[in-house]
Amino acid sequence: MADIAQDIPVVRQAPPPRSTRALGWLRVHLFSSVFNSILTLLAVGLLAAAVPPLVRWALIDAIWSAPNGQACHAGGACWAFIGEKMRFILFGRYPADQEWRPIAVVAIFIAMIAAACVRPLWGRRLAVVWFAGLSAAFLLMAGGLPGLRPVETGLWSGLPLTLILAVIAMLFGFPLGVLLALGRRSRLPAVRGICVGYIELVRGVPLITVLFMASLMLPLFLPAGVTIDKVLRAQVAFILFAAAYLAEVVRGGLQAIPKGQIEAADALGLSYLQRTRLIVLPQALAMVIPPLVNTFIGMFKDTSLVLIVSLFDLLGATEFALTDSNWQGFAVEADVFIAAIYWSFCFFMSRYSQLLEREFNRGKQR
Amino acid sequence: MSDAKATPGPTQGAMIELQAVHKWYGDFHVLRDINLQVQKGEKVVVCGPSGSGKSTMIRCVNRLEEHQQGRIVVAGIELNADMKNIEAIRREVGMVFQQFNLFPHLTVLQNLTLAPIWVRKLPKKEAEETARYYLERVRIPDQADKYPGQLSGGQQQRVAIARSLCMKPEIMLFDEPTSALAPEMIKEVLDVMIGLAEDGMTMVCVTHEMGFARTVADMMVFMDRGEVIERAPPKDFFANPKNERTRTFLSQILTH
Repeated sequence: MADIAQDIPVVRQAPPPRSTRALGWLRVHLFSSVFNSILTLLAVGLLAAAVPPLVRWALIDAIWSAPNGQACHAGGACWAFIGEKMRFILFGRYPADQEWRPIAVVAIFIAMIAAACVRPLWGRRLAVVWFAGLSAAFLLMAGGLPGLRPVETGLWSGLPLTLILAVIAMLFGFPLGVLLALGRRSRLPAVRGICVGYIELVRGVPLITVLFMASLMLPLFLPAGVTIDKVLRAQVAFILFAAAYLAEVVRGGLQAIPKGQIEAADALGLSYLQRTRLIVLPQALAMVIPPLVNTFIGMFKDTSLVLIVSLFDLLGATEFALTDSNWQGFAVEADVFIAAIYWSFCFFMSRYSQLLEREFNRGKQR
Repeated sequence: MSDAKATPGPTQGAMIELQAVHKWYGDFHVLRDINLQVQKGEKVVVCGPSGSGKSTMIRCVNRLEEHQQGRIVVAGIELNADMKNIEAIRREVGMVFQQFNLFPHLTVLQNLTLAPIWVRKLPKKEAEETARYYLERVRIPDQADKYPGQLSGGQQQRVAIARSLCMKPEIMLFDEPTSALAPEMIKEVLDVMIGLAEDGMTMVCVTHEMGFARTVADMMVFMDRGEVIERAPPKDFFANPKNERTRTFLSQILTH
């Protein structure tokens, strides 16, 4: 950061030297009082108790290859199980000979997410990239083109299904949530009533019941012969759910915009839409990045609830893999493995949001 | 409601006309029977104790506040509930606020070009040229790429003035433009306003800066409790105010 004060000719004193000796550091940071010393010792004791057994289980005693489950129960973690079932956990019931297709879809999603993180790309170009990417991903998964065997959505599973459900729920739920938030603050009573009613209704119902209703009850109301795809039904439930939660987050940001901002925009002759798009939303959304990303992370993990309507997302495929009678009793290894996958996506979102926050707040520093 | 044209009328005659304007906040009568005419090129300074309705009055001129009775005509356009008319008036009326109200997420240059690009539909390049011209005029050409939060209060208020000028308004409204400024920054803002007055801008200023008023005003308006109590050219206004309330007010602010 450029220091404005640099070119002012003022005599400056260097700060007094800080104690850099190890002992001094220890005293200040770990043993500054009796109570803090006790806390430090407790923490050290806890680590000493937990870390060595964990390392022994996960690494030293771990079994990395085994012909079957029986041979794998001897020592620590059985990573051989993960090696054996990796393909199934990641891609589930998708036809094995077509495995390159879900792999390509995961690659496309990761590439699209990466592109979305590059701020100079934001705008029309990114929209085009995403539209093309989503179309390509859909064609690859569903097939039906010459050379691509059709694969029904009931077989879509594992990581691609998790990514599809989560990313599309965010992609469509976010704009819908912004509209709901704006509608909730509308001056028109009808618009406001509908938005409040929708948000309160959806927020007040467990996601599981919405998924159940979408997959079990909805078909009862549809005329005979009309069916809606199972994945699509779950997807719509996620979008509607995400929208209600995101709407409340966005509303928090909208309420924090000072009245003067709106007056200044009005006084310059901006219309409601221009004012909302150019002045209100950019500031409101920048303000709510932390809770927004919090909601996104929650939504990402909530996609695992499709397990109960017999869709095999990452968690569902893992549960299915655990039923193999040749490989019994490796639930912990499997859970650690998919937890690591969920964690890497969520950790990435968390770090990226911190970066965005810093960038948006750049202008506000004095 | 009459169906006035949403185009600026002839530029002769009154730029702003308020006829028997009333406004209430709930039961509280904030504006009572306000009648005011501002001619093209005229500079009007409005003063009065706080809560007298002066800010409310000028905020009615561009519909930041809604009047409930009476008639307001600005730049030949009747101010009524029609959004078209309101937006047409706002294009012709610039406003400077006590709290600057710059857009903190945009650079100074973007603050200045936003409305010309989106409202006046100017090409970006032309809008930027205009913006740089006005930044020069308010004497901060080198701050174009900074964010408002990086500027001093006086600089921010000058940017706010430039932002209004970029819309090439017929009228400028100032709502206590120096009240939120540190004392050493008041002069730099007033100097810009004086320059603007010398160029013949039609101006209505709510301010307590009586030195500025003496230099610039064609007409002083004194308001109290929602009414216009007295109006007079500054010489008469300061030398022999007619109303008792005006005298009390002037003695309070001139001798503090």
